[in-house]
Amino acid sequence: MDLTLKVWRQENRKAKGRFETYSLKNISPDSSFLEMLDVLNEQLVMQNAEPVAFDHDCREGICGMCSLFINGRAHGPDESVTTCQLHMRKFKDGDTIVIEPWRAGGFPVIKDLIVDRNAFDQILQAGGFISVNTGSARDGNGILIQKEKSDEAMDAAACIGCGACVATCKNSSAMLFLAGKVSQLALLPQGRPEAVRRAKAMVAKMDELGFGACTNTGACEVECPKNISVAHIARLNREFLLANLKP
Amino acid sequence: MGGRMGPPLHNFNFMKLNAKIPVGPLAEKWSKYKSSQNLVNPANKRKFDIIVVGTGLAGASAAASLGELGFKVKNFCYQDSPRRAHSIAAQGGINAAKNYQNDGDSVYRLFYDTIKGGDYRAREANVYRLAEVSNQIIDQCVGQGVPFARDYGGYLDNRSFGGALVSRTFYARGQTGQQLLLGAYGALNRQIAAGNVTMYTRTEMMDVVLVDGIARGIVTRNLETGALESHFGHAVVLATGGYGNVFFLSTNAMGSNASAIMKAYKKGACIANPAFVQIHPTCIPVHGESQSKLTLMSESLRNDGRIWVPKEKEDAEKIRAGKLKPTDLSDEKRDYYLERRYPAFGNLVPRDVASRAAKERCDAGFGVGSGQAVYLDFKDSINRLGKAKIEERYGNLFQMYEKIVDENPYETPMMIYPAIHYTMGGLWVDYELMTTIPGLFAIGEANFSDHGANRLGASALMQGLADGYFVLPFTIQNYLASQLSVPRMDPAKQPEFGEAVEATKTWNDKLMGIKGSRSVDSLHKELGLAMWDHVGMGRNKAGLEAGIVKIKKVKEQFWNDVRIPGSADGMNIELEKANRVADFLELGELLAKDALHREESCGGHFREEHAMSDGEAKRDDENFKYVGAWEYNGPDKEPELNKESLDYEFIQVKTRNYKE
Repeated sequence: MDLTLKVWRQENRKAKGRFETYSLKNISPDSSFLEMLDVLNEQLVMQNAEPVAFDHDCREGICGMCSLFINGRAHGPDESVTTCQLHMRKFKDGDTIVIEPWRAGGFPVIKDLIVDRNAFDQILQAGGFISVNTGSARDGNGILIQKEKSDEAMDAAACIGCGACVATCKNSSAMLFLAGKVSQLALLPQGRPEAVRRAKAMVAKMDELGFGACTNTGACEVECPKNISVAHIARLNREFLLANLKP
Repeated sequence: MGGRMGPPLHNFNFMKLNAKIPVGPLAEKWSKYKSSQNLVNPANKRKFDIIVVGTGLAGASAAASLGELGFKVKNFCYQDSPRRAHSIAAQGGINAAKNYQNDGDSVYRLFYDTIKGGDYRAREANVYRLAEVSNQIIDQCVGQGVPFARDYGGYLDNRSFGGALVSRTFYARGQTGQQLLLGAYGALNRQIAAGNVTMYTRTEMMDVVLVDGIARGIVTRNLETGALESHFGHAVVLATGGYGNVFFLSTNAMGSNASAIMKAYKKGACIANPAFVQIHPTCIPVHGESQSKLTLMSESLRNDGRIWVPKEKEDAEKIRAGKLKPTDLSDEKRDYYLERRYPAFGNLVPRDVASRAAKERCDAGFGVGSGQAVYLDFKDSINRLGKAKIEERYGNLFQMYEKIVDENPYETPMMIYPAIHYTMGGLWVDYELMTTIPGLFAIGEANFSDHGANRLGASALMQGLADGYFVLPFTIQNYLASQLSVPRMDPAKQPEFGEAVEATKTWNDKLMGIKGSRSVDSLHKELGLAMWDHVGMGRNKAGLEAGIVKIKKVKEQFWNDVRIPGSADGMNIELEKANRVADFLELGELLAKDALHREESCGGHFREEHAMSDGEAKRDDENFKYVGAWEYNGPDKEPELNKESLDYEFIQVKTRNYKE
């Protein structure tokens, strides 16, 4: 396949960015999107130009490191995949592809297509865990968990922290990200003792870090590569309400 | 000594390695150790700084647990968040000897299976301890809210994995590694919030700093700004994972690297059994030149999938030419070669055995796809259990396969082929997980300790978490108790730190100054190809020797002709890669040397000269029942081979047999 790429280039956090246009020839439709970018970078290095910086690591859709807004969609045109799992067969020969970093106040651009998602770590540090010291847990089968609840907790826990939800939301809200963790832990008996504290602390941290409010458009759910449901946001709201009822 | 060692390639030494294995009966060693080791009192713990490099299962669990104990921990990762570490990609599960299934499991059986699976090249005492703490890991993870699969009664569910006759694997769909890592990451986040752990992301370790021969810190490079920084620690823990990317194509993450262990090696830590590399039998086959990594299809699929190739060569040829579909072939025309060769374990033989069997069939002309692939077929299971059940068990894996290959595995069998997956070798450590450098520890895949020559499925997660949650937090105290008089050092006032920073700067400048014509990736690919062709699944003397020559040539090319655009001040993705490849080039040569010296076949190390008449591996216990630990002797000098003899006191060493 032959392609034209319009790629966001930005030197560093402070520099002004711009789009650069590149053409690529003979890309295999069986290549992944990131392998296509590898070919571009090889080409740039051969021209003694700086390659395009983009985040990636596992390249199998689970580490959450890869991002990219591709033709206006988080993780590109395919459903339920991350950018690293997107394959070039989803594009046509001769296509022009526009590639941008996540655009959100909470995720400043570091270089080219790489953004700083440290805010997600901070939100989880505010309470996205169960306080159990190593060695103090009881026998695993000492806690019985209804299969349906356990399965639902797993659905919520599947979040990879990529940030597609924030990048897609018109308010740059991190509610789906937050809801995944709150909902997972609220569904499990081990997570109940801290449920009130957790919901309060995490929402407060999200607000503090400059993420917007949720207006229930559901756009996040559509672009989530792991299909995390907005139903978890409903559970988060319930937990948050409960948290505020209890002084 | 060493008549069989023949060539005057290297000297070796039995004396240097003291494994410090506690005396007494096997089942009592760990509890005796714990009751007699030195501890650090709570008020003194906060006086100690501990550096942990890496945030995978081993690193995150260690950093969190040490923080909980009250130590001051500095934790480092090269990714943008500790949650990205490659443990996250582990799919199938984690073993434990709970015996919840009442199928005869026990700590002893898990220990025995692991030693046998490792082809009798692991240390008894370490493996027994691993099996012993396995049950606590499950409890800990459940406590953290890890959503393990449950049955309708609300109890934990199990599945089977290779090399075992019991069902002892706990799992969270096909994302067990992710869930366990997020559990450890949660514990880590709690300690970060509490101020006990300071987290450094997008930071790469560039060197270990020794003061008077003792590990006292590291030099790092901030990957965003390019700044070189010094960090002091009373102890340094490397949890930096495996070195599979020396083969370029592997199931490892793109950034997974061997630089930390190579820097430690150059400062005097030994690297043990580097030739013991695991080739995983069920990966998605290579698609073409621009391929950047290989994707694993979990071993758990072998619970319900049957592996086959066509019985007749003509059928294989027709399939490769696209004239015949696999679904056209009836059962009589298929060769379920694992079930045929290994009736007792069938499709659940250990990974090394399954990988070699696939290679054997493909080399003989029975491969499908490009010729380098075999089928993994779910037809019978879908007929028996229904599509819904299979989807519940493996849905995300099937989806992943379909996205990559563009074929529906519910309707047509998957194509798979072996790929580099895990490295059993690593830094040599004693029973306390300390390397040959005092104060430098290695945990998880970065050390060599528990898997011998082959790791069983679902045991990597177990070992990473065992080391981090339940072993290191005890053993490191025995060391720290002797360091009470050592004050916190200020790196700015300690010349050894300044020297290490200077050396790193010189190294980076040298790389940047080459300004050659070859990209880092092109050289890495060349190294990987030489490794796969000569040091891969089938090894022989001539091939290994040729491989070493090739690796040296690539190394020379690299240092004369690599091109890194941009500068070292600021983010430079090519410089990051070049640093890693420079270390892979040296490790690749060491790996080949280790494979050359080990004149036997065992586990993942298969020397074609040493095979039984039926093609099975021929181990040589008389001459090679030892851990081979290589010691650096300076640039362009032959490394020295140290040996730790493996004395099996409690089990009888046998030929591995998965046939009956």
